[in-house]
Amino acid sequence: MHDFQFHQPATLAEALALRETYGDEARLLAGGTALVLQMKQRFSQPGQIVSLRRLPGLAAITATADGSIQIGALCTQRQAEISPLLRERAALAAQAYQQVATPRIRSMATVGGGLAHGDPNQDPPPALIALDATVVLTSAGGERIVPVADLFRDYFETDVRPGEIITGLIIPPVPAGAGTAYLKFLPRTADDYATVSVAAVITPDAAGHCQAARIALGSVGLTPIRVTVVEDLLRGQPLTADNIRAAAAIVPDLVDPLDDHRGSAEYKREMAAVFTRRAVMQAAAAALPAGEWG
Amino acid sequence: MNQRVRLSVNGVPCEKDIPARRLLVDFLRYDLGLTGTKEGCSVGVCGACAVLVDGEMAASCITLAAAVDGAEITTIEGLAQDGRLHPIQQAFIDYGGFQCGICTPGQVMAAKALLDANPQPTEAEIRDWMMGNLCRCTGYYKILESVVQAVAAGAAEGG
Repeated sequence: MHDFQFHQPATLAEALALRETYGDEARLLAGGTALVLQMKQRFSQPGQIVSLRRLPGLAAITATADGSIQIGALCTQRQAEISPLLRERAALAAQAYQQVATPRIRSMATVGGGLAHGDPNQDPPPALIALDATVVLTSAGGERIVPVADLFRDYFETDVRPGEIITGLIIPPVPAGAGTAYLKFLPRTADDYATVSVAAVITPDAAGHCQAARIALGSVGLTPIRVTVVEDLLRGQPLTADNIRAAAAIVPDLVDPLDDHRGSAEYKREMAAVFTRRAVMQAAAAALPAGEWG
Repeated sequence: MNQRVRLSVNGVPCEKDIPARRLLVDFLRYDLGLTGTKEGCSVGVCGACAVLVDGEMAASCITLAAAVDGAEITTIEGLAQDGRLHPIQQAFIDYGGFQCGICTPGQVMAAKALLDANPQPTEAEIRDWMMGNLCRCTGYYKILESVVQAVAAGAAEGG
């Protein structure tokens, strides 16, 4: 591995100052599961590493007064997976974190680091987009709140600006009566990235029609994406298998997957529709009383 | 560039100047001579290099030693107490939880991390937890049985 200078700021202010001083020459290190690997493989050779491990107050999962859940950026993904608060109030997020790699990687990788990494194949982003979560970006100038849906700009590129550090993640209350699902199509090994993944939050009205839907996909392009066109097709419609199938059928036109060893682009495009249909059906079934389904 | 690190390894304080790029697995093996921790895939996938960092399981092959400055590290060498093997180690011997042995330190450390957090895991929980530790001899049933028996023997209380 290349040589670099290592910094261990004790406060967020010090970390921000280092970010200011070194600009693009510095990379932030949290759990290291992404960055150290990139450095070992020579994809990234930063001259300065700023370790965030010592920053205080960024490793808790708490409920806020408005019913949201705030997750500190340095919480491990394992913490998110097993958090009783998250499992009770936003189980979809906990389920997505549970699907990440292996228990060892989840014990190292952080919630903030995963978002900053910007890999379109990760499990949490689709779930967080479907849950309408937002990211807290802190800079010397203050805080900026960005929806997770807008965070990913390009392949491994995010909206985190020079001088900013991801300090938290906020998950708003799940709509009353909503059903949720996260499906990961995993044809190879259990610790792999998805061939395609889909998260859905479906809220029916009293008549069993779709009142609101938020659906997001991973591994189908350069970034995780929200498929608002599918959501629009579902809204107001009875949540029948036929309607869900028809809405999911347009997914292949909305995605632009990459060919890789997890499947050809063509195959992923087809699977994206299949898994969108299944995820929406599962979320709808979870929301609707037995007997009204289908 | 060199970096001063102060760590506790298996309860023994240690302070060294090391290159900032030194990986924890290399620090343990070459700087401290603790060769029980093995390096397999070198990319965090196989689990052979698993150690505990402040009680949490970590892949030492993708951990910078400098990044865990101040932490308590537990390696396979730290499990036996007063010449007596840890009950998880004993269970791996009694139930044949290894063949060639290269993955064994990582398997044992993974089981230790699980039992420290959850002293009575179900078999399903053990399978889920151990899925990230590969055994190229494919001795998975014996590894699973060893951990199940370690749980039955109360390994968690054993330390």
